[in-house]
Amino acid sequence: MTATRAPVRPKAARVGRGGQRLAAWAFLLPALAYIVLFFGYPLVNNVSMSLREYSVRSFYTGEAPFVGLDNYVAVLGDPLFGTAVLNTAVFTVASIFFQFTIGLALAVFFNDRFPLSGLLRSLLLLPWLLPLVVSGAVWRWMLDQDHGVINAALRAVGLADGPTPWLTDPGWALPAVIIVNIWIGIPFNLVILHGGLRAIPSTLYEAAELDGASAWQRFRHVTWPLLRPVTAVVLMLGLVYTIKVFDVIMVVTGGGPANATQTLTTWAYQLSFDGDFAFGQGAAVGNLLVLVATVFGLLYLRSARASMREEQR
Amino acid sequence: MSSAARTARNLVITGVTASALVLAGCGPSATDSGQAAGEITALDYYADQQGSKAWQQVLDTCAAETGIKVDRQTVPTDQLLPKVLKDASSRTLPDLLFTDNPSLQQIAATGALTPLTDYGISTDGYYPGIVKAGTYQDKVYGLAPGVNGLALIYNKKLLQEKGIEPPQTWEQLKAAATALTADGKYGLAFSALATEEGAWQFLPFFWSNGADLAKLDSPQGVEAMRFVNDLVTSGSASKSVLNWNQNDVADQFVAGNAAMMINGSWNLARLDETAGLDYGVVPIPTPRPGTAPVVALGGEVGAIPATGPDRQQAAAKVLGCILSEPNMVAWDKAHAYVPSKMDVAKKFGQENPAMQPFVSEVETARSRTAELGEKYSTVSQALGAALQSVLAGQQSPEDALRAAQEQAGRP
Repeated sequence: MTATRAPVRPKAARVGRGGQRLAAWAFLLPALAYIVLFFGYPLVNNVSMSLREYSVRSFYTGEAPFVGLDNYVAVLGDPLFGTAVLNTAVFTVASIFFQFTIGLALAVFFNDRFPLSGLLRSLLLLPWLLPLVVSGAVWRWMLDQDHGVINAALRAVGLADGPTPWLTDPGWALPAVIIVNIWIGIPFNLVILHGGLRAIPSTLYEAAELDGASAWQRFRHVTWPLLRPVTAVVLMLGLVYTIKVFDVIMVVTGGGPANATQTLTTWAYQLSFDGDFAFGQGAAVGNLLVLVATVFGLLYLRSARASMREEQR
Repeated sequence: MSSAARTARNLVITGVTASALVLAGCGPSATDSGQAAGEITALDYYADQQGSKAWQQVLDTCAAETGIKVDRQTVPTDQLLPKVLKDASSRTLPDLLFTDNPSLQQIAATGALTPLTDYGISTDGYYPGIVKAGTYQDKVYGLAPGVNGLALIYNKKLLQEKGIEPPQTWEQLKAAATALTADGKYGLAFSALATEEGAWQFLPFFWSNGADLAKLDSPQGVEAMRFVNDLVTSGSASKSVLNWNQNDVADQFVAGNAAMMINGSWNLARLDETAGLDYGVVPIPTPRPGTAPVVALGGEVGAIPATGPDRQQAAAKVLGCILSEPNMVAWDKAHAYVPSKMDVAKKFGQENPAMQPFVSEVETARSRTAELGEKYSTVSQALGAALQSVLAGQQSPEDALRAAQEQAGRP
């Protein structure tokens, strides 16, 4: 949006200006129509739903009495709210931190060409290509307490005596789903960061090497600063992706045991569809989530604008 | 006009046309008049291979008998209700709907269903429990060609090796489960998910001990939950019961990882197909000797949504055919359900000994929604959550059930 400011035009060209403006709007219209239709409409509907008592009956009769902020009050007062917020925060921060560091390490590693590096890199994309439900189901088997391959492996190398209750202990379940999500998220970070690394001119490295910079210094003073814009994009997208993760948790633990892996998304689903059918409350949780994501989105736009201004200077 | 503007104009025209097309695609199709009574749509959740095949056979038979083409749709169990709600709001409900009996009253409460008496479908001869499950505000909206319940299924070989008789009481169940637990194998498997599935598996213990859904935290309820919890804490059942659905439980049993399981009759077809597995079935053990267990009445009921007189009549014909005795028996045989008509069930049990424990349980079985109606789902949700919390070691049975009662009692 920020880059579209029209350049200053000489006076003679003014005649075509009205037409230009019309053209600009016409170009915008399809995108606007798309956003309004497929993004705005559901969002407005969701907000309206969160302000109503929307029950199973409402679906057929269309009647849903307006209750103001009651749904939000109920959701905020629910003992599960704190748990869900904390779980969402831990899940998001831990996932992004490890996805990013491991992804970056792998990207740097694969930046050097060596035999089979291309093949290995494409194999690393596998977690990204698999349907989430498939990976989730496989992880659920692997993490099984009694017959899972992970516990068997841990026992075999002597890292654990007894079986680790990955999915059955409230203390272990959240780390378990975080591990699964890290595994799923690494390829995305790897690909984008690898692309960013490719864009750094090799002459800079050669110059640094001539100046006697060590491998770490080259990373710290060449790679890291030049990779910053890409890093910002990766982290931002990672945040938005991770905060709304639903399928992984749903397949691996279903939010359990005893709500230990309940995040805002799984909780919103549970409120709406599992037994309670409190669609208004589910919508309220969904809106809170949208709000959080929007705040981070705006923060990102601000920082992007600031860095762009810096570059233009 | 500059060329850019011309391009833009063309783009606008394209965009508007595309949007119009999209909108047209979203709306209800207008070609569906009430004339097409020669064809109906049906929705069910028999997504597993055996169940799906058996159900298709029933539909094929009735399509041939009535001359009405049945266009069948199947969704996974947990997506049926969301789909029905979606269809209800867009007025595209199927003409014939087969849903889990505890959710029938909720759907009926929306006003989307029509009473079966409108079509002359009689409830004579059915188990009172299943008629109650299909009744909302004194009108019958759903009837089932078969019902199911839970029983204790055991591995004959493993029990014989240890010289253990199939348990009949809680004491015996506990002793047997302990004795059968060895070498990474567990004595008992069941499902304790925090959902309706977990609640449904817990209800036989809860009800057989005299507890009541209207008061979850009664001493009887607490005692039942403590009994189930002891099975897990003593190690006789894996802690993984927290994550197992009933299919997972059957997997564990088939794999020989559990010597006994609490599971439903619909698994029998699969157990029969497993080579080298010799199993037996007994009613769920009761707290005291000589009493009958009270299990929850399971199974799907057929209902007819309001989709237009012609289509409703056609759907009623097909439903009537499905409920007729030969088709009822064919379906129940293929899917290991108990016929929902009493005299048919009696004969059925005599002819199929493995089904006899299920048949005798149905006589004392209780409809989950009989007492609470559409409020049942809230209560079962709270009960499932309490069960998880106890088995995960988060709360004592007393505290968990007290919290559940508070949650269920909230308006």
